[in-house]
Amino acid sequence: MLHNLTHLERLEAESIHVMREVVSEADKPVMLYSVGKDSAVMLHLARKAFYPSPPPFPLLHVDTTWKFRAMYELREKAARDAGMELLVWQNPEALERGINPFDHGPLHTDMWKTEGLKQALDHYGFDVAFGGARRDEEKSRAKERVFSFRSANHRWDPKNQRPELWNLYNARKAKGESIRVFPISNWTELDIWQYIQLNQIEIVPLYFSAPRPTFEYQGGLFMADDMERLERVMGRRPEIVERSIRFRTLGCFPLTGAVESEATTLNDVIREMLLTTSSERQGRVIDKDGGDASMEKKKQEGYF
Amino acid sequence: MSSYQTDALISEDIDAYLEQHQHKSLLRFITCGSVDDGKSTLIGRLLYDSKMIFEDQLAALEADSKRVGTQGQDIDFALLVDGLAAEREQGITIDVAYRFFTTEKRKFIVADTPGHEQYTRNMVTGASTADLAIILIDARKGVLTQTKRHSYLAHLIGIRNIVLAVNKMDLVDYDVLRYDHIVEDYRCFARDIGIADFTAIPISGFKGDNITTLSPNTPWYTGKTLIEHLENVQLDVTSDRQKPFRLPVQWVNRPNLDFRGFAGQIISGVVGVGDAVRILPSGKTSAVSRIVTLDGDLDMAVAGQSVTICLTDEIDCSRGDVIAASENPPQAADQFESNLVWMAEDAMIPGRAYWLKLATQTVSATIQPPKYQVNVNTMEHLAAKTLDLNAIGVAEITTDRAIVFEPYADNRALGGFILIDKLTNATVAAGMLNFSLRRAQNVHWQAIDISREAHAQQKGQSPKLLWFTGLSGSGKSTIANLVEKKLYALGRHSFLLDGDNVRHGLNKDLGFTDTDRIENIRRVGEVAKLMTDAGLIVLTAFISPFRAERDMVRAMMPVGEFLEIFIDTPLEEAERRDVKGLYKKARSGALKNFTGIDSPYEAPEMPEIHVDTTRMSPEDAAELIVEQVVGIWSPDL
Repeated sequence: MLHNLTHLERLEAESIHVMREVVSEADKPVMLYSVGKDSAVMLHLARKAFYPSPPPFPLLHVDTTWKFRAMYELREKAARDAGMELLVWQNPEALERGINPFDHGPLHTDMWKTEGLKQALDHYGFDVAFGGARRDEEKSRAKERVFSFRSANHRWDPKNQRPELWNLYNARKAKGESIRVFPISNWTELDIWQYIQLNQIEIVPLYFSAPRPTFEYQGGLFMADDMERLERVMGRRPEIVERSIRFRTLGCFPLTGAVESEATTLNDVIREMLLTTSSERQGRVIDKDGGDASMEKKKQEGYF
Repeated sequence: MSSYQTDALISEDIDAYLEQHQHKSLLRFITCGSVDDGKSTLIGRLLYDSKMIFEDQLAALEADSKRVGTQGQDIDFALLVDGLAAEREQGITIDVAYRFFTTEKRKFIVADTPGHEQYTRNMVTGASTADLAIILIDARKGVLTQTKRHSYLAHLIGIRNIVLAVNKMDLVDYDVLRYDHIVEDYRCFARDIGIADFTAIPISGFKGDNITTLSPNTPWYTGKTLIEHLENVQLDVTSDRQKPFRLPVQWVNRPNLDFRGFAGQIISGVVGVGDAVRILPSGKTSAVSRIVTLDGDLDMAVAGQSVTICLTDEIDCSRGDVIAASENPPQAADQFESNLVWMAEDAMIPGRAYWLKLATQTVSATIQPPKYQVNVNTMEHLAAKTLDLNAIGVAEITTDRAIVFEPYADNRALGGFILIDKLTNATVAAGMLNFSLRRAQNVHWQAIDISREAHAQQKGQSPKLLWFTGLSGSGKSTIANLVEKKLYALGRHSFLLDGDNVRHGLNKDLGFTDTDRIENIRRVGEVAKLMTDAGLIVLTAFISPFRAERDMVRAMMPVGEFLEIFIDTPLEEAERRDVKGLYKKARSGALKNFTGIDSPYEAPEMPEIHVDTTRMSPEDAAELIVEQVVGIWSPDL
């Protein structure tokens, strides 16, 4: 009558355990919410962990103003459905200086995301922030703890991480210090997709293929999500070709490469993912600037 | 290149593939061995063979292999997993890295743990969540000191499935004699440390021999390939289900007045609606009324699941409590023998209080000096005063209140704990409880019908503890005596505990070292507390030289019942009086550890009553004390 727990059931139970530990031990936790598929799974897990209560923390979206429009639409709905408060933070300095991915390169990520996140955490006084990072994503993530301690300056010290044994998490910290917690550390991309399918979790439609306006830029394929803005910032109107495309990850639309695809259903997407020959983060420009250890460096500086 | 995935199934029948994938189980394992035994290479190989490496990663890998690789023009798989910049520069693995791959039968999480001695703590970290350990041996080198250390650690952490992977067989020309010799060597060592069984496999992580398919290079080997073995070995989570039900409460869910649920992850057993349960440590019983989830209520739940349970009764239950099968509950205790793995640069300090976190309980704990330290290379027991970074030993631990536990060997989740430094908040040690020392589990607090309030009421007074402190010869006993006479005359019920008298009986086994003085005061404090429970006004006359111990007694008592009375006589004056001739003896050296001479007296900083005997006669002092004490009691006079 009682089946053996599948790997997804074990992963779900582990993630819920982590979330409840945080709520029990943190002073003021928050869930970072990026509107992507990993965030969607995180939000669903949070609802499960605390049901019938709504998750006892707000969602925080560190916005760059350059996300896809479809992401902004789902953001509001998802928070409302979960009965959670949604906080949106846009770095006022980046806003004022008009920081954008075309003119400012790596500074775009640094100011909107890295600095923006630090500002938001300090502004609201959050001491623990849930993030949706997975260890299978990137080499330095593979070595990060589930409870990842940050100094008062938000810095990560990879050589001096707290040992993490069994499922006993040390959430103690001094005033000003904080902890980033990654409840889905042990999930893989396939696990995420399969969980979305089994739980019928709503995700941004951009993950599914559809005819969309695209342009080529520096060897990559991008979607012209906001033509007026693109034109203003690029100083020209890019040549638009309608292609059947979708996205494997979602970030800022000028930084997120699309793939040509005919995958219109979850099963199609999963099949494509399993047969693909390039890694998930390949479409992301951000991992590569700054060379080989780029993500590790960003993380030390406080990037999520 | 071999592959574990059925590409054909994925492209032709994704539904069938997903159905199959959905029902896969999960095996977590660690790889360990000495430096350069090829751990990272083996993991890189497992990922490579399982197609967990994509073209862009492969292109980067090929370029890196030529630039910084150690395999000439061949692909250096180790570069795939040595993720941190510092590691790539030094060509070593310095932290635990977690990797994922999947085969048709199982999904795997691998903890790649470092071989260097100074990173033992990382290996223990990786091992703590593993079902299986792969111990790698370089076929050219055989069983090394580090092989032994890692095997011992894996065994200590309780990993029952050990695989001995004799690696780099290609470099010894697949020599069966060499292989047999190494396996036999390891068998002798394994038996010595209590590893009953292990599975040996000859492999080459670099060439791929016996990883996914049996190698033609080792026709003499007829066992399973490494992957086959990993796919079929039995999981720990399956056996946890056979044990009695336990749920450590993580969080109490109270969305409104009508709902009260206890959220937590079931660590062992099975629970169903209607089951009788017992809440530990209170021992109260109830029954399960609902098992609540977002997807609807469940009839039953099993070990490994995170659930929310409602009970039929409104009983007290909060974070740290354990809900357990009522007929077979775990026990509570406050003193244990434990294995400890020290993980901090700062050595263990016996007697210092650390936070101890076990399941969802966090308490204050002190550690006795180790009974012994284990030399992890020879397994010898060594005498030790402390434990340094990466040291492993056995010590007694005392917690400030009883915790619900089970021996680690019976239940990892109720026997494994971490210690946290109270100042730096660092995780300084991992521990595994062996057994409780005091039979605290059999000594329950007996509920008494006549309460301390009833006792006091019958005597028409509020109990008090008048704690006289001061140098020898300061006049404590004289003044306390006078105070008690006056109280007696007022019809008060009192008792005077005098230092010298107590040392003739209750404390005659104690001397005058600092440790004995502390124990002397602790016992007197406990006795005085029992007497105040009986409703008495207790007077104590002890030098009680240390502030910490006076504060300890103060902390035992209800607020307002402890009155510290400082009989303040300067040393010269006390020595001049020298009623018992003790100062003379101490000065001549005939009496050691005499307070004020060669042992310190820490004067009270804020006593409730301060008596300066150079300005006040004993009679006046007693009058003052009674007046002040009576004043405090005025409500019931």
